[in-house]
Amino acid sequence: MGILEVKNVSKRFGGLKALSDVNLSIKENSVHAIIGPNGAGKSTLLNCLVGKLIPNTGSVMFDGQSVLGRAPYEINQMGISRVFQTPEIFGDLTVLENMMIPCLAKRDGAFELNALAAALTQRDIMEKAEHMLEEMNMADKRHMHAAAMSRGDKRRLEIGMCLSQEPRLLLLDEPTAGMARADTNNTIDLLKQISEQRSITIAIIEHDMHVVFSLANRITVLAQGTPLVEDDPENIRGNPKVREAYLGETA
Amino acid sequence: MLKLTKSDFNLMLLVAALTLLAPFILNPFPTDSAMAQFNAGYPDLMQRFVIFGILAVGFNILFGLTGYLSFGHAAFLGVGSYAAVWMFKLLSMNVLPAIVLSVAISGLFALVIGYISLRRSGIYFSILTLAFAQMMFALAYSVLTPITGGETGLQLALDDPRIFGASQTPGGNIPVPSLFGLEMRESFDLVLGAWVFTFNFGYYFCALVLLASFYLAIRIFRSPFGLMLRAVKSNQQRMNYTGLNTRPYTLAAFVISGMYAGLAGGLMASMDPLAGAERMQWTASGEIVLMTILGGVGTLIGPVLGAGFIKYFENIFSKINDNVLHEWFAFLPDGIENFMVFIIHPFIGKGWHLTLGLLFMLVVIYLPGGLVEGGQKLAAWFQKRGQKTETSKSKIEPAE
Repeated sequence: MGILEVKNVSKRFGGLKALSDVNLSIKENSVHAIIGPNGAGKSTLLNCLVGKLIPNTGSVMFDGQSVLGRAPYEINQMGISRVFQTPEIFGDLTVLENMMIPCLAKRDGAFELNALAAALTQRDIMEKAEHMLEEMNMADKRHMHAAAMSRGDKRRLEIGMCLSQEPRLLLLDEPTAGMARADTNNTIDLLKQISEQRSITIAIIEHDMHVVFSLANRITVLAQGTPLVEDDPENIRGNPKVREAYLGETA
Repeated sequence: MLKLTKSDFNLMLLVAALTLLAPFILNPFPTDSAMAQFNAGYPDLMQRFVIFGILAVGFNILFGLTGYLSFGHAAFLGVGSYAAVWMFKLLSMNVLPAIVLSVAISGLFALVIGYISLRRSGIYFSILTLAFAQMMFALAYSVLTPITGGETGLQLALDDPRIFGASQTPGGNIPVPSLFGLEMRESFDLVLGAWVFTFNFGYYFCALVLLASFYLAIRIFRSPFGLMLRAVKSNQQRMNYTGLNTRPYTLAAFVISGMYAGLAGGLMASMDPLAGAERMQWTASGEIVLMTILGGVGTLIGPVLGAGFIKYFENIFSKINDNVLHEWFAFLPDGIENFMVFIIHPFIGKGWHLTLGLLFMLVVIYLPGGLVEGGQKLAAWFQKRGQKTETSKSKIEPAE
């Protein structure tokens, strides 16, 4: 049994069948990549996992519990964190404040009305946030407005924010899209370090094969809304079916 | 001090100084001078300054922190006023129970209206709040006349029960609002040479409530709750995917700011014990938005400044008439004098809205951060100038 079990999931948008009968099992502490050509249904699948979309049929179980019908914040509280294609951070706030928010969410839950405590004197939160910033090599930027940072730094902050919640499953949606080569390599190194040092499962949707083959130890290829193959990276490279899906039949 | 950081404490001191010394600050001109009409230090206007200050501070907790623009906040002001006047009619003329009930009732209304309106965000939220406020205005103006007094408004009467007080004074008059016997209208004049400064008990009562409200607002701004509200404004998507439920946060902010508005309404009725439906009209709601934007959205002191600024204009600019203008320009030749009066005429008296509108446009275009941003720019400019003269000095020194 994997930590995330997707069974017979289908999703239709009107006449378009975005996902049909998807079965997927993600093993605990693995780095599982989901690849596939444009329109294969990768993002739809991801949205079904985090509560943004509800599949028409099938089930999604996380650690033995169904996630279907739960709001995104409830699914996050179960232990699934998501990193977006374009970094979603609190642009108007400082980097330190950005980091404090997930720490508070982890400690206080979905809602807490502590309107009279001073945020900066919450020692446990401050220590955790500062510690996380150091781990992400961002301590010197703590008082910067998050929106003013580079794309790579925003991504680093977003990943740090997700990690500070100590999730069991980290979902990444094309984490290196639109990044310069140096930033891409930094992100790969960061993710490698995370998967080695923490007991965490990473599921990653990616276009860039360089990223996929440097990180993943299991790959699922999605084509036209259905899984084509699931295998180890070595076997995926030479698989004719995968080439066909990516390059067309004549290739 | 007071569990505030140093800069927040200084800000608190500044507001305390401004409000407590207001009778001096707002009366800079001798009573008999031609400029005396620009004096704003009379109790009625000073009370309005601080009451609308409270209203704007509360509105800013919603709009400034979460970014949700309520266009119906005057409804809570009206509800607060009605609640207070009813307490004066039924219970006693003591302002404390009246204000407590105003806050409680408006909080209740805010809970219901907020719960429904906050299902949407952005422009739809604004429209929903506007719709609620207009419905409440219509109810107060006609449908609920037995409770609200309809067009004439809710007034005190000689035969009101006032079970813990007296229906009438021994002289056969309606009693006036008081705090344990201290009447709100009690005033004391201090004559210093050509100046007369008026100290009014009602004003100081309101000023202390403003200080307490302002202090509470600072604490909210700096709390984890305040941080979450700013996060709502910044990125709701990230909040949802960080395990946070944004709804209760926005609802709590809405209720708190509705209670601030109710407090302001209760104080308004305590200063002058009557309540009318016009207090709930959409123009009144719009005025609150203007105050906050003019002063500086999301800043602590901005709304207070904005409220003072607009109320000053409303009461002082609107009093200037053509005769006053003729006096001012009397030194000019007749033709030019008349021409100047003709040019300025549309902007004064009843045309003060025009002046306010122009100023508002200038602020929004050149100082999107409101008066507070203007102050900051000014301070930065002075600092720069100070540094320049210092460096030029140090350049000269070696030459000596």
